[in-house]
Amino acid sequence: MVTRALPLPHVRSRARQILPGFGLSLGYTVFYLSFIVLIPLAALVVKASGLAPLEFWTLATSPRVLSGLRVSFSSALVASMLNIPIGLLIAWVLVRYEFPGKRLIDALIDLPFALPTAVAGITLTTLFAKTGWVGNLLEPLGIRVAYTQLGIVLALVFIGLPFAVRSVQPVLEGLGTEVEEAALSLGASWGQTFSRVILPQLLPAILAGFTLAFARTVGEYGSVIFISGNLPFKTEIAPLLIVAQLESYNYAGAAAIAVLMLGLSLILLVLANLAQARASKVVGE
Amino acid sequence: MKFLPTLVITSLAAVITSSALTQSNTVTLLNVSYDPTRELYQAINPAFSKTYAAKTGKTVTINQSHGGSGAQARAVIDGLEADVVTLALAWDIDAIADKGLLGKDWQYLLGNNSSPYTSTIVFLVRKGNPKGIKDWDDLVKPGVQVITPNPKTSGGARWNFLAAWGHALKKTGSEAGAKAFVGKLYQNVPVLDSGARGSTTTFVERGIGDVLLAWENEAILAIREQKDKFEIVAPPTSILAEPPVAVVEKNAAKHGTTEVAKAYLQFLYTPEGQEIIAKNYYRPRNPSVAKKYAAQFPKLKFFTLRSTFGNWRDTQKKFFTDNGVFDQIYQPR
Amino acid sequence: MRRAVALPSAARVSPLKAHSRAEPLWLKWSLIGLALFFVVLLLVLPLVTVFYEALRAGISRYGASITDPDALKAIGLTLGVIAIAVPLNTLFGVAAAWLIAKFRFPGRSLLISLIDLPLAVSPVIAGLIYVLLFGRQGVLGLWLEAQNIKIIFATPGIALATTFVTFSFVARELIPVMQSQGREEEEAAVTLGARGWQVFRFVTLPNVKWGLLYGIIMCNARAMGEFGAVSVVSGKIRGLTATVPLQIEMLYNEYNTVSAFAIASLLAALALVTLVVKALLEWRGKLEAKSQS
Repeated sequence: MVTRALPLPHVRSRARQILPGFGLSLGYTVFYLSFIVLIPLAALVVKASGLAPLEFWTLATSPRVLSGLRVSFSSALVASMLNIPIGLLIAWVLVRYEFPGKRLIDALIDLPFALPTAVAGITLTTLFAKTGWVGNLLEPLGIRVAYTQLGIVLALVFIGLPFAVRSVQPVLEGLGTEVEEAALSLGASWGQTFSRVILPQLLPAILAGFTLAFARTVGEYGSVIFISGNLPFKTEIAPLLIVAQLESYNYAGAAAIAVLMLGLSLILLVLANLAQARASKVVGE
Repeated sequence: MKFLPTLVITSLAAVITSSALTQSNTVTLLNVSYDPTRELYQAINPAFSKTYAAKTGKTVTINQSHGGSGAQARAVIDGLEADVVTLALAWDIDAIADKGLLGKDWQYLLGNNSSPYTSTIVFLVRKGNPKGIKDWDDLVKPGVQVITPNPKTSGGARWNFLAAWGHALKKTGSEAGAKAFVGKLYQNVPVLDSGARGSTTTFVERGIGDVLLAWENEAILAIREQKDKFEIVAPPTSILAEPPVAVVEKNAAKHGTTEVAKAYLQFLYTPEGQEIIAKNYYRPRNPSVAKKYAAQFPKLKFFTLRSTFGNWRDTQKKFFTDNGVFDQIYQPR
Repeated sequence: MRRAVALPSAARVSPLKAHSRAEPLWLKWSLIGLALFFVVLLLVLPLVTVFYEALRAGISRYGASITDPDALKAIGLTLGVIAIAVPLNTLFGVAAAWLIAKFRFPGRSLLISLIDLPLAVSPVIAGLIYVLLFGRQGVLGLWLEAQNIKIIFATPGIALATTFVTFSFVARELIPVMQSQGREEEEAAVTLGARGWQVFRFVTLPNVKWGLLYGIIMCNARAMGEFGAVSVVSGKIRGLTATVPLQIEMLYNEYNTVSAFAIASLLAALALVTLVVKALLEWRGKLEAKSQS
């Protein structure tokens, strides 16, 4: 059985010399990243710089844009947080338990990817509008999902779910049960074992899932516009404002809002990845 | 561990589309259009091919592309090689002309402002018209919910906006009055979809709202399908929407399709073309065809964009660009 | 080295048994129940809705919808695009994960964030960037036109946009898995004289294969379903540049809800096929493990 030894301090400093492929993988990664992502994104930044700094600032701080950014970022944040426990729960159940229909559920997890986002938006609205199967159950309780920010969060939970599950699942799968068994046999309760032995090892994966779900959902357009109602200052998302700019052939304005979103996302991603790096250090790789 | 190769093979089990073989006697046209005209051009294309083959012996294949009017115009600007464009608003073709893909005089090249068919904006209400909606004024009453898409993202919705504005302008006699009226109307809009199709779904499938502002042809189609659920209310006055068509001269010249592209658009003006247009619930320009199909259209008085607003370019700028009139209607609360 | 090959995770001695001692039965079943609740609410109900809408007009209408020539062409195009985007991103993912998981270097954290970045780019923008680059008004537009090379509004543009939106998947799935594996095994192998690719093939790959597989499955599923970015660069020419999701949107906009959902259900089914592949591989892994023990 695999025993995960804690790394000895000197291993780290030796690593670069021992393992091969640093130059090759660095070179290829940077090349591919530049070609597919960075150069095209640079074109976007160049386009946005077609606006004078003052114009950019006026656009970026206009109440409409600020409100759109607030709706997009807060919805994505809430949805990704909701997805942490839901994703962990589903991954746990799928890896650790046997029950009828398990394989089918495992297969279903990726559904939100494969369904075109517009179909997802239409389908969720069908279900959660007051005429829908779920919506007419919630309506008497006074809960309105469709055409409110709750609807946006719901769509984003749907879109982000596979990330939350699939990030944790392989790590959980590779995580033997030996350490837990040891903990249990030493007299720890199940709750203690979970929170002190299992959870810390899953933490980097959980954070990765959160980060991915957040990144993916913050710019989501197709599924959201059907369920959000798109009311300015209430449920209007930032990507819709980008589309509105494009409709008036204002490429620079569209690029400016996009760059703004991108900058904010990048800051959040760096923060999340730093947290993740710290978490994996705690786990001891 | 043979699982990587298996995966590679699985993902490589793909079909590569082969490009169609071009023969000397066949011509291919690309018509880039907006969403609601799909059925119309599906009917027009074979009829034109038949006529053209009879006249010249050449076979024409027409490829269609549909989407939001603005997005489609943008695609043409960015290099989608349309031979002809058939869009929702003249402004979208102006934008293409601004990039030099066709002459700025395009609107004078074919008859009737290069607009072979017209349509208008009418109200679709629930059966029995429970809120008693008869005219534009009823839309601003408290408790009436109006469904219309966002004019900033939907071409059709701009016609809706301008129709309401035109009514209010005539009634109040002032820009300020019109702005107040339209502002009140959009206060009554609970869901602002990004496109016309989204609004129709919100109204028809989700059961939200008391009245849908719709293209006349779409409203008639909705009634044909669900007679027992909805009815059309034609306001006494509305706007005459003139969807324009044009040959994208630069692309057509490059493809050597200028002649056939012109013939294609001219076919829309022929009695045969006009019949097909009327059968798809667009209003034909040809007087005798119009008379023949008069019964299927509600009767109302029209005002035109030109008479009330001037040209599309200025209208777009005044109402729908950033901080234009439409943006001023919505203020943060 | 043999150990790593012989023990894929699926082959471990029944985790269920080892665990039955751990948490009480009621907890186990309430966890399963709760998980099922979320799965039903978020996944099963939407799936049922899709099939319900697709089959509303009867099975023959369904058959006609999915065998329509335009639909078949759209499926062909989508498969072709997948065949380009998925292998490219898989190769990248493996290289990037190896780099990030096994080495420390300045800028590593930034690199991870840059790998996530394409995910955070709104699909609308993901399409737009290629238009800005390769479109007629774009930086390379006139040159491309002079060479008669078509990228935008043709298959290369669609493949590029798809590659962009699925860029992060394999890498992001592999990084945590490779990280949690540590470096000791690889280092031992190198010390014992294994070459680079041998280390990867016999030590690393067996340990990370589930992560890799999940990454590929996600990448594949997302590539099939991508709509926003592709719609910007496709031109939406029916039967020529319309992918499956675009075809669905077109049908929906034509008020042809039944056909739209029929093809959507096909896409959902295709996603499930990849999972069948996964189940088969798992099963083979078990057999392998048995034959070696």
